[in-house]
Amino acid sequence: MTEKKSSLTKSNRRHLFRKPKKEAVQAANLYYRDRQRTGEKRMKKSRVILRLLTYLAAHKGLLALSLFLTVLANGIALITPKLSEYAVAAIEQESGVDFSAVTYYVLWMLLFYFVSGVLSYFLSLAMIALSRRVVYTMRKEVFEHLLALPVSYFDQNQAGDIISRLSYDIDTINASLSNDLVAILAGSITVIGSLVMMATISLPLLSVFAFTIPVLVLFTRYRVKKVKPLFRARSHKLGELNGYVEEILSGQRTIRAFGKEEVMIGRFDLRNDEAVEAYFAADYQGSVVGPGVNFITNMTISLISMFGALLFIKSTGGTLELFGLSLAAVTAAKLSSFILYARKFLGPVNETANIISEIQSATSAAERIFRLLDEPTEEECLTSTETAELASDFAQTVKGRVEICDLSFAYTPDHPILKHISVNAAPGQTVAIVGPTGSGKTTVVNLLMRFYDAGPGKIFIDGQDITSLPLKELRRSFAMVLQDTWLFGGTVEENIAYGSVGATHEEVVAAAKATHIHAYIESLPQGYDTVMDENGMNISKGQKQLITIARMMLVRHPILILDEATSNVDSRTEKLLTEAMQALMAEKTCFIIAHRLSTIQNADCILVIKDGEVIERGRHEELLAFGGFYASLYNAQFDSLANG
Amino acid sequence: MKRLFGYVGRLKWQIVIASVIKVIGTALDLVIPLILAHILNDIVPTGDLGQTVFWGVLMIAASVFALLLSVFANRAASGIASDCTQRLRHDLFARISYLSSGQVDEITIASLESRLTVDTYNVNQMIAMSLRLGIRAPILFVGGIVMAAVLDWRLTLVLLATLPFLYFVVYKSSKAGIPLYILLQKKTDDFTRVVREDTAGIRVIKALSKGDYENARFDAANRDAITVEKKAGITMAKINPLTTFILNAGMCAVIAAGAFFVSKELSQAGTVIAFLSYFTIIASALINISRIFVNISKGAASMKRIDDVLSQNPALRLDKEDLLPDRRRPFLEFSHVSFSYGKTKVLDDISFTLEKGETLGIIGGTGVGKSTILQLLMRFYDTDEGEILIEGVNVKNIPTKTLRRRFGVVFQNDFLFADSIRENINFGRDLPDAAIEAAAKDASAADFIAERPGGMDAKLAIKGADLSGGQKQRLLIARALAARPEILVLDDASSALDYKTDANVRRAIAAHFAGTTTVIVAQRVSAIAHANRILVIADGRIIGDGNHEALLASCPVYREISQSQMGGAILD
Repeated sequence: MTEKKSSLTKSNRRHLFRKPKKEAVQAANLYYRDRQRTGEKRMKKSRVILRLLTYLAAHKGLLALSLFLTVLANGIALITPKLSEYAVAAIEQESGVDFSAVTYYVLWMLLFYFVSGVLSYFLSLAMIALSRRVVYTMRKEVFEHLLALPVSYFDQNQAGDIISRLSYDIDTINASLSNDLVAILAGSITVIGSLVMMATISLPLLSVFAFTIPVLVLFTRYRVKKVKPLFRARSHKLGELNGYVEEILSGQRTIRAFGKEEVMIGRFDLRNDEAVEAYFAADYQGSVVGPGVNFITNMTISLISMFGALLFIKSTGGTLELFGLSLAAVTAAKLSSFILYARKFLGPVNETANIISEIQSATSAAERIFRLLDEPTEEECLTSTETAELASDFAQTVKGRVEICDLSFAYTPDHPILKHISVNAAPGQTVAIVGPTGSGKTTVVNLLMRFYDAGPGKIFIDGQDITSLPLKELRRSFAMVLQDTWLFGGTVEENIAYGSVGATHEEVVAAAKATHIHAYIESLPQGYDTVMDENGMNISKGQKQLITIARMMLVRHPILILDEATSNVDSRTEKLLTEAMQALMAEKTCFIIAHRLSTIQNADCILVIKDGEVIERGRHEELLAFGGFYASLYNAQFDSLANG
Repeated sequence: MKRLFGYVGRLKWQIVIASVIKVIGTALDLVIPLILAHILNDIVPTGDLGQTVFWGVLMIAASVFALLLSVFANRAASGIASDCTQRLRHDLFARISYLSSGQVDEITIASLESRLTVDTYNVNQMIAMSLRLGIRAPILFVGGIVMAAVLDWRLTLVLLATLPFLYFVVYKSSKAGIPLYILLQKKTDDFTRVVREDTAGIRVIKALSKGDYENARFDAANRDAITVEKKAGITMAKINPLTTFILNAGMCAVIAAGAFFVSKELSQAGTVIAFLSYFTIIASALINISRIFVNISKGAASMKRIDDVLSQNPALRLDKEDLLPDRRRPFLEFSHVSFSYGKTKVLDDISFTLEKGETLGIIGGTGVGKSTILQLLMRFYDTDEGEILIEGVNVKNIPTKTLRRRFGVVFQNDFLFADSIRENINFGRDLPDAAIEAAAKDASAADFIAERPGGMDAKLAIKGADLSGGQKQRLLIARALAARPEILVLDDASSALDYKTDANVRRAIAAHFAGTTTVIVAQRVSAIAHANRILVIADGRIIGDGNHEALLASCPVYREISQSQMGGAILD
């Protein structure tokens, strides 16, 4: 296996004349087209911007205030030059300096400058408040939507990429909203004002714009179209890099153990190169826009002055004869004030062009955000039959009768995981699922909880088709301990009380005692208030399992699922747990996946699953007597000790 | 920041050239209005069409050059910034890769992740922005002041009197700003952590319908971040209005002083007017300078966070390199080893030896320190007391790379990544396909791999989410075996395997890895019963030491464990 080499290893790069690699640009274009071809809904830029604006529109008051402050600050900015003109005029008096007038105007100037300073400070505050709210809302929406997505989304999307959306992409949008919006708003006021002024001075001169504005628009549109895929690739590549970083950092211990740091650094470099290259490519193309527009505006001014000079020369006797029309003459004074306004007009145009890259990267980032927000939620993904008429406290009153009828399932059509599984569990009964690894046991659990939707076949709880139950109600009927323990960065107490609202400290301690984890918790520096820190804490996997079991002791849902709940707990502790487990299972319908006999042999029904099919079913003694697969598995442990 | 100059300094010539070009471009930008003024004031009134065209063409030429030079300079700027970012990220990632587990624990993965991406991005922005605006604006600022001084030094002195105030405002604000931006990044780490946790625990959250709870948890982190962001924003928002006001007040002082000087005939009214036009240039330059200051504060904060990682000392020092093994000594030896995480003592006076090719089993209660023994053996942490020796050489005297190369290991919470099955076993080691396939076979993984569409080249879902627990463990065992390690370390690596498969794997290892020294931590007696030596651990101490039979006779705890499992198990 040969690894590609990072460009970092190449020396003597000529940075000054460096161009983006062709591959990077091609890849960006390809990625762009690919996504469009694969039926992904194309997001129109105007739609993206409109949708962004709805976030602003939600804060109409602040938005109006910002607009008002912008207009006011701009208005005052127009007055101060006049005042300084008067002050200078007072100096320039033939009769000598008129000190009182100078003082008068200077004081007024100070006042206006002060007011304008205060206004612009308030404008900044308003914009900060506005963008803060937008960012807050966006992050909140993204996160809440994230939790509503089906679990399969997390099998396909790296956490790092999701995080990149929440941090980098939203930050990018935020920067653009708070800076560019004011610039554009303030600019548009100036643009309209100067346009009116120019029209009143000389219409023929205005015709220069009829030529340069379309050039400007075409140029900008062409550039924007060219860089759009590049900006998208830029956000995408950064997300990918973040995804890789997240994945690799999670597996760091293993990488160190195998001494493969260098290989992973090499792979990081490749992704880093791609991300940097995508960034550079977008910047490289983007950096033409500003100077390009600046050039067009410079040309416009040049054309106006030359054309104006021409008109001035042709103007005779107060009128200008042009194509048989008689127009107002162009005087030197008119020409210079026209140019003044033209400059005013073009200033904001220039500035807008300069921030067009920022707007581009903001819309690309927004697109990534909106795509995530448009992912169908779990509720939308699952094909629900008509919602059943339910008592409002369905979850509380569930008896726990579970019927699985002819259930089949496949993640991919050609690779069936479960075939025609049927089982009935009366309330309070225990069903054990046994079978070789990879035979589909955990899938049964996934389908019961509706993490995925079953293919043909149905599951009923208390006679209700689960596809007709609201997800929340369905899941509230279950308590479960999964193979992969999960603790979050709260205190130990919060972790144990996680599934039960309003559990008291006494209840938490009782649960911890029952699961024999109390002594360990007490030994922690802050006892039950110690914050669980996945990495920094010396906690074994077995101890984590005990905490998750304690968590479930406090959850009083009528159906219990134990998926390898004690696989990492030593057998002595497990034995000590017997009582606790019995208490946990009492009066509940239980589904148990386990390889330890103590819990299985008392099951009301043992399902033996092999290659997705139920090959044997019955009670422990019946199956042993039958002498089939179960019996051979049962005997294997003795063989293994004997032959091991 | 010092470190940053190292990155930027590498490219000093490129930066100098790019800057010079930027300066010329800026100068051309300034020439254009001068030409225009010339046309309007001097040429047009004469009515000379030829002259008008000449100067007009000159202006166009200047525009074209300004365009070309600006584009070139901007591109060079982003090239330079990209290069710095690329190197910075590489060095940071490399440094992180060699941090000790203790250091990673302290900084946290969430924070490392955001330092690698968001912080390096902020630094990139800072460099690019400084190169683009940071050259043009100060030139205009200084240039404007110089031109003003040539015109009238007295008035310039009045204007310069504002500089201390300007400096004070910018210095104070950015000094207050940098810690706020550092805090902001820290808050970003916090909500990143919630997202990381919740993507990992999504099933539990859904199963317990804890969506609202998690939303509230994220909301708190989100609010925190936003509050700091606001604080930082407000601090930085002062700079622009304050500096503009100070400068404008200076302008007012200039007019007042001008009036005084004119009355004393030290200056003329015309000079004051010309002075005002330079003032406009100076003021707009200052606005741009204060704009980049926000970026610089943010970048400096991020650079500090990056620097904190880069300047971490290697925690696991190599006291003295010692590569001469002593074959007379036991192959593997723990001698009075004690270790604690923080204040809690985890291991207490652990001693044992193991010969080459032997198998050591470790068994004991939950959380008694079994895994810690393995962590110390591979030197993820250093012992508090005692020594760990391999062929008589203290592990502290072996470069970690050389040390770890001898191991093949499966951890309790080991990881699979979203790549092909082949690469998950190969793990970047360029192993021949035959070795990978043999390892898969020995780990009893060959069958289920073959059944998957794509076989060895089938791509796994993130964290191997599309495999069952037992399948994951078998791939991990294959990974540990594939390079035929000298020492094989299995930390509860077969807990999800059924007994039959577990026994098959054990048999394969015994048959094909006879020379390999093996250390197995397990919950099942059956997984270690065959070991040459078994340690029974309780509360960090060895309470039983011997082989299966000896322990059955001598160690009540072992006997209890063994009896509780006899006939008590069926496959999962």
